[in-house]
Amino acid sequence: MNYRIAVIGDRESVMGFRALGLDVFPVEKEEAKAVFSGLVKAEQGPPYAIIYITEELLRPLRAEISALKDELIPAVIPIPSKDGTLNLGMEALNSAVERAVGTNIL
Amino acid sequence: MAISSDVKPTRMELKRTKARLKTATRGHKLLKDKRDELMRQFLLTVRENKALRQKVEAGLQEAMASMGRASQLMSPEILEQSLLCPKQGVEVELSLKNIMSVNIPEYVFRTRTDAAEDIFPYGYAQTSGELDEALEALSLVFQDMLALAQAEKAMQLMAAEIERTRRRVNALEYVMIPQMEETIRYITMKLEENERSTTTRLMKVKDQILQEAHEFDY
Repeated sequence: MNYRIAVIGDRESVMGFRALGLDVFPVEKEEAKAVFSGLVKAEQGPPYAIIYITEELLRPLRAEISALKDELIPAVIPIPSKDGTLNLGMEALNSAVERAVGTNIL
Repeated sequence: MAISSDVKPTRMELKRTKARLKTATRGHKLLKDKRDELMRQFLLTVRENKALRQKVEAGLQEAMASMGRASQLMSPEILEQSLLCPKQGVEVELSLKNIMSVNIPEYVFRTRTDAAEDIFPYGYAQTSGELDEALEALSLVFQDMLALAQAEKAMQLMAAEIERTRRRVNALEYVMIPQMEETIRYITMKLEENERSTTTRLMKVKDQILQEAHEFDY
């Protein structure tokens, strides 16, 4: 079975990925939620195995994303946007460590 | 610990509890081993993940910077247009790897065409060189992004499994096993108590019988 890869974020940050052949969804913050749940459902075509998402959208979508944490697909991966990183990716890493170990040992 | 009320102090119950304790101890040891090994793998993944994330973030920053320069040199319409119809396509195939009973996805990614220059979906006449640079940088960093996705998902799934295993280990170690030991102690003591009371009863009966026999003599 084949899966697709999606990139979701503000227009300028994600535009380039279109040339690589990924499915790109430029969104504003307000519509992010609807677009994201549409991606997860993937009613048309094969499901998405990986969804890259700019860090700006992580906060408004936190509930939806953490619901997918224990699912095999899709993997929701935060990436920095054009304005630089907010370090949320590293934070996610630390919280996973905390969940497994009980404390942050890094 | 509240055990005395619902446990019958019988030999059968004792035997059953002892067998359960044995299973629990064994299970505890196995789960503990599983937790330790998972933890080791997990920390490896975390380390890999961290390195990859740093690489990806640095790479993306660079690509985005080029993209920013390109968008300043070109009109937004043309930029938009140039990227509108990609020549390249990407598909991902998913296989599962099993690490200590955790299923972890492995991505094999396939491009629709093999030619490297297919990431440029435009003629070079109207676009600036910065756009080429940006796309090149992006396609470089994309390999790492894929590895990052894999490591990150593996990390999340393993974290969940470790949490579960740790809870089980703790439940066995601090609740189940002490409870069973308590039960065993309770039953053993009760049985010994019964035995003693039987002995004393017998002695008493013997005394009575002897007494009667002596009285008969007179």
